[in-house]
Amino acid sequence: MATEALGWLGVPLAIAAGTMRGGTPFLLVSLGECLTEKSGKINLGLEGTLLTGAMTAYAVSYLTQSPWSGVIAAGLAGMVLGFIHAWLTQQPRVNDVAVGIAMIIFGSGIAFFLGKPFIQPSAPQLATLALGGWSANASVQEALRISPLFIIGVLLAPTLTWFFKSTRWGLFVRAVGDSPDAALAMGISIAKVRMLSIVAGSFLAGIGGASLSLYYPGIWSERISSGQGLMAVALVIFARWQPIQCLYASLLFGGAQALGPALQSIGITQGYYLFNAAPYILTLAIMIATCSPNRKISGAPGALGTSN
Amino acid sequence: MMLDRETWRRNLESICLPVGALLLSLVLFGLFCAFAGANPFGVYESIYTAAFGSSRAWQNTLIRAAPLMLTSLCTLLPAHLGLTIIGNEGALVVGGLGAIAAGLTLQGNAPLVVQIGMALAALICGGVWIGLVGFLRHYRGVNETISSLLMNYIAIALLNHLVSGPWRDPSSLNKPSSFPIANADLLGTLPGTRIHYGLVYGIIACVLAYILIKRTTFGFAARTAGGNIRAARIAGLPVGQLTLAICFLAGSCAGLAGMVEVAAVHGRANESLNANYGYSGILVAFIARQNPLAATAIAVILGGILTSGGILQRAHNLPDATVLVFQGIVFLVVMYSESLFGRLSIFKERPGTRKVKPAAVQV
Repeated sequence: MATEALGWLGVPLAIAAGTMRGGTPFLLVSLGECLTEKSGKINLGLEGTLLTGAMTAYAVSYLTQSPWSGVIAAGLAGMVLGFIHAWLTQQPRVNDVAVGIAMIIFGSGIAFFLGKPFIQPSAPQLATLALGGWSANASVQEALRISPLFIIGVLLAPTLTWFFKSTRWGLFVRAVGDSPDAALAMGISIAKVRMLSIVAGSFLAGIGGASLSLYYPGIWSERISSGQGLMAVALVIFARWQPIQCLYASLLFGGAQALGPALQSIGITQGYYLFNAAPYILTLAIMIATCSPNRKISGAPGALGTSN
Repeated sequence: MMLDRETWRRNLESICLPVGALLLSLVLFGLFCAFAGANPFGVYESIYTAAFGSSRAWQNTLIRAAPLMLTSLCTLLPAHLGLTIIGNEGALVVGGLGAIAAGLTLQGNAPLVVQIGMALAALICGGVWIGLVGFLRHYRGVNETISSLLMNYIAIALLNHLVSGPWRDPSSLNKPSSFPIANADLLGTLPGTRIHYGLVYGIIACVLAYILIKRTTFGFAARTAGGNIRAARIAGLPVGQLTLAICFLAGSCAGLAGMVEVAAVHGRANESLNANYGYSGILVAFIARQNPLAATAIAVILGGILTSGGILQRAHNLPDATVLVFQGIVFLVVMYSESLFGRLSIFKERPGTRKVKPAAVQV
């Protein structure tokens, strides 16, 4: 990285850059999870979906030499996993959380199994938009190379808010998630709405995976995701199920994630691993601060986590 | 579970469905292998040979089963209280860290003293780790599944920090590790085998857990609170204390697994401690349907499957993640089989054969 030249000033710059780079998977996965949870189901398996998406995107981008087909393929692979999750969790007496854990194991297994041959070769990456052209400083330019996926995510957040608030389908999703009985009385098929919400949410999580392998860090390896999919679930709680808040929370998490590498780049290696744990500690601290034993968190979909 | 004439169909159901689920997942896994270009029957045979084919294979399997029995209790015990805790990996890691700290501090004492010190330290570290999850759940309403998962990552970061920094043995170059435990202090093996005493710990812990959950007032109180927390509160059960106690015990079992790994397998703490025994332990607990005795048997089966990872790579050219795929398939099918309870007419009690009686406590 070119941040060494800036000395201490490089730290905030690297964190700002990392916020947008590292925040992209958080953003896409949390928007997907937000949509899923609005319909009343939890999908913990998005960690597995993220890994499968990352692997699919990288493999397809390598095989077709077209990174955008990789992105689409990652979304489709996510939809397949989402379908399994949606179908299983709508069986009677099946626990969402347990299926989610199973999907994490299954999704990461599939990703590592099929991704083995793609660890070595390098796949074409998504082109980035250089928004730092105004600055003569190379590290500022480097920091402002923005991924189109990040921009898609940023645009998606208000779109999703509008979808929930002002569209007929958004109302269906909210009704199913808040009060399945009322939804049933409206003549909505709960199973269908949840299925679509989970599959669409998984599509976004798959694309989140693509942003890992085709943008930042831009490689495929078995350690590429370090729990971003799970942190995104916690992040949705923190964001009170509001897409715009998901955007801000994702940026915060991306910044926390960039802390360790940013300090390392200016030579502070003491406690490198501890700084890397910053996002997890932050998530935990936020959950402790925002949760309460006595009431449901405001904004939580009414039927969230209840069994069929 | 008592076998009597009235409930045999239900007992049969609770054996047949998990076994059926395992068989179905074997079939699905075979199809998956066939798609990947390997002969499914060859794969089955390799797994069997590597896992249970010889006395050597059995020993490898049982060495892996020992930590699985202990880590499975970390999910299993809180499940009876209605909590889904998946911090097994983290509790194992901090247990291992506690064990190495105690083992190195007490070095020079009689081996038995050192070993007891290591075990106690591991029990306490693991217990406090998951106890904290229980505390946050009860007093702050923090979702225990997510917090325990986050704590896995924190534990692993702590391990990496300690073994590559403050606790590092300077002579460990490629793989940063702590100083090794003296050879005399390592856990011994069962006579005539390579199997270490961890297996005995695992079996004892599972039996104790069974007695605790099914045969004591404490266990009954926990299951009551797990069934209906409001009713438990009205009945005056100390739900908070129950939560803390169960979570502490759960974490200490997984912590003990970390001690076994450190004091019997690796001899020191390094990233090998983080070998996914925690995540496989979750699977054991769910397949065993949260029954501690069944967990011992499932741990042996799963230990066998984990043992076969190497041979699948060598003999069939399948990547090592094959075992992970297999575990995922088993887990999903077992989850599905859960929904079939009470839906298959063959297991339904025939009208007239069963007299009306109050809900059985032992089931």
